[in-house]
Amino acid sequence: MGTFVFQRLLQSIAVLLAVSIVVFLSVYTVGDPVELLVNPEATELEREAVIRTLGLDQPIWMQYLTFLNNALHGDLGISFVQGEPAIDLILSRLPATFELVVLSLVAALTIAIPLGLWVGLHADVPAARAVMTGSILGYSIPSFWKGMMLILIFSVIFRLFPTSGRGETVNLLGVPFSFLTADGLRHLALPVINLAIPNVALFVRLTASGASEARYQDYVRFARAKGVRPRRIVRRHILRNILIPIVTVLGVEFGSLIAFSTITETVFAWPGMGKLLITSIYRLDRPVVVAYVLLVTFLFVAVNLAVDLLYAALDPRVKLMERPS
Amino acid sequence: MRSFLLTLAGMALLPIAATPAQAAGKTLTIALSSEPTAADPHYHDLTPNNALGKEIFGTLVMTDENQNVVPALASSWKAADDHTWIINLRRGVKFSDGKPFTADDAVFTFCRVVKNTQSITGAFSPIIANFAAVETPDDHTLKIVTKAPEPLMPEKLMQISIISSATAQHGRITFDLDRNCGVTGPWPTIAQFNSGEAAISSGPFKLVKFVKGSVIEMERNPNYWGPKPEWDTVRLVPVPSGGPRLAGLLAGDYDMIDGVSARDANTLKANPAFGIKIKASNRVIFLQLDVARDQSPYVEAPDGKNPLKDVRVRRAISLAINRDVIVKRIMDGAADPASQFVPEMMFGAMPKPEPLTYDPQQAKKLLAEAGYPKGFKITLSATNDRYINDSQVAQAIAQYLNQVGIRTEVDAMTRSIFFSRRSKREFSLSMGGWGSASGGAESFLRQFVATTNRESGYGTSNYGGWSDPKFDAVIAKASATMDETERAAGLREAGRMAMASLPDIPIHFESSIWAFKKGLAYPGRLDQATLAQFVTSAK
Repeated sequence: MGTFVFQRLLQSIAVLLAVSIVVFLSVYTVGDPVELLVNPEATELEREAVIRTLGLDQPIWMQYLTFLNNALHGDLGISFVQGEPAIDLILSRLPATFELVVLSLVAALTIAIPLGLWVGLHADVPAARAVMTGSILGYSIPSFWKGMMLILIFSVIFRLFPTSGRGETVNLLGVPFSFLTADGLRHLALPVINLAIPNVALFVRLTASGASEARYQDYVRFARAKGVRPRRIVRRHILRNILIPIVTVLGVEFGSLIAFSTITETVFAWPGMGKLLITSIYRLDRPVVVAYVLLVTFLFVAVNLAVDLLYAALDPRVKLMERPS
Repeated sequence: MRSFLLTLAGMALLPIAATPAQAAGKTLTIALSSEPTAADPHYHDLTPNNALGKEIFGTLVMTDENQNVVPALASSWKAADDHTWIINLRRGVKFSDGKPFTADDAVFTFCRVVKNTQSITGAFSPIIANFAAVETPDDHTLKIVTKAPEPLMPEKLMQISIISSATAQHGRITFDLDRNCGVTGPWPTIAQFNSGEAAISSGPFKLVKFVKGSVIEMERNPNYWGPKPEWDTVRLVPVPSGGPRLAGLLAGDYDMIDGVSARDANTLKANPAFGIKIKASNRVIFLQLDVARDQSPYVEAPDGKNPLKDVRVRRAISLAINRDVIVKRIMDGAADPASQFVPEMMFGAMPKPEPLTYDPQQAKKLLAEAGYPKGFKITLSATNDRYINDSQVAQAIAQYLNQVGIRTEVDAMTRSIFFSRRSKREFSLSMGGWGSASGGAESFLRQFVATTNRESGYGTSNYGGWSDPKFDAVIAKASATMDETERAAGLREAGRMAMASLPDIPIHFESSIWAFKKGLAYPGRLDQATLAQFVTSAK
């Protein structure tokens, strides 16, 4: 397994390099950030001074090499707009997004897996079919509208939850999290529901289809014949065998939610990374965009590695790499 | 068993559903449409940053809601001659840390603006760059000698927030930039401002907490020299998305919001639980025409020339547009038709300018006179996410132009692309906006209508390339005139000349709208700032 991990690391470096070139070139050749930063009453000379400070007077390949050189020393650029290192900016917003995504996925899985198992094993019951149809709805409703409706119903009409923002935070291992306070949970409720709904839909369908297929497998028949109790069959045999696709999708969903929860974060004014990304794109804050994409690529690579290792843990038949015979 | 569990669950959820206890004293919560990027007042020259600066720091001079200068930390000032200003400072003022405010703090502030290496765009240093020398004849007098005459000194000083010299170690403070002004330790950094360490206030509030993206908390400054603001604590919450911001007001999460859309304002007017305030702003929406080039990229005329170079064509374009309908239908009444580039109440504006009327017949006549009876083709370039209803206004303008024979296409794009392309002079007819932050009528005329001159900084946004030496002479003279009455007259003359040649065509002035719970009141501001110190409860 050590060789496997090592090989993966080498591949990841190649991927990161390729992504960095593509992103850098595309972001640094579009638009003119100076126009957006500088006071509109500034003179030509002042404008040129800003261009020089930001290093934008260099040819593009030179800017890329400077960036690469800095990156190898741990500096992924300084934000044009905030003046802080881009990495610090992104990482400071990571805890907010992280707790939102983790709580949403936990909530989604807690509902979806038991529900999906039940639906998959009792597929002909009308209620089960209703759940499957309902899941299409859960997946297709646009996130923006769904978020606004949640705010309208639960915040404005019923006054149960606050409309937006993050609640009180406490420091856990030096990092501020808000899910440990009552006020924080109140603020988390609606955005978590908003993110969880499509994930519930997704995982219900996945679990249900896996379960309904596993139901007719030989090992289930044999277990029934052996006299194993149904609960134990479901828990020990069926669930374990259908986990592989669920884990794959979970990995992809986790990565994409962390990186791109932009809509939910915008609607609920949640101070997370997605909002930072969209604002930086609008303001042509190039270093932040590049640093962000690189970080997200790294995240996806790490998640994929974790998923592959999980496969090996879940299914003893899976071989991580071909052994030389 | 189940009902017992359900009751337990219900009880557990109760504290979550109950509202949190109110903080002691009067608290005001405002949701802002744009967030200050830092608590450091010299970091970035941005409207929300400057507004925050006016709350948690003081300035020598303030502006009232109609952008007239009023005394603040400076009690009076006068221009001794063309290059010298004497500023008398208010006596008995103390910072929030108890130390007295003196002329040294002002000099320290000026130095810091220049020495602030963290400000990315050298925020206010052009103002200080014009200071040849700053003397302090005594603790409460400043004598500023400028390199070039600066008639707008009070307004320039209004932009600079005063910080306490206690934020850095220093010896005797003098305005000697080469010797670091007498400062021996490090200058205060953004981090120190954001954490509150350097945020020592001479303003109505002082900073308690600045959590980017989450909340800015301020509390009343007991040492403030001015009228005591009504609020013990103020919370500023950034909510950039309009829908959630309004929802928060309706749900009672916020006491006041800014950036209300005209449509929402009309619904709120009918709701007895809320009040609104609409006030004209200093932002004009205007068209900029390419008048310099013989071949313009987006113009296709039957004679192959550039029709925009003819003043009759420009007048025709203005006559073709029905500003009243645009204001009424597209801006929902939250705008005023413009016949010049600044609202009449501002300094240097013409009190009764010749109205820009809607007369499509006259427009067609002028076009025919100019040699374009069948009109010509053009593309109108605009933003779609910068100004209120910008893409709709652009489309309406295009429709009006089509009706007089000018076949217009609209190219609306995101702001970052629009501003980049416009500054590279890629457009023939573009729609933009400009807020005259200081100088009154001088601001627009100097920036857009004067001939572009790199060194003097005139005509920086004159992308259409208009160049009239007579106009340049008038505006240059007015800019350098220290006497206010004379300067206003000069600006009015320049305004008349600009409206006669129309290289830029004003459309309307945007209004800003604030909404708040019933019982609160806000006078509104021409500069669109939302200042908690001026929010009062009507009782």
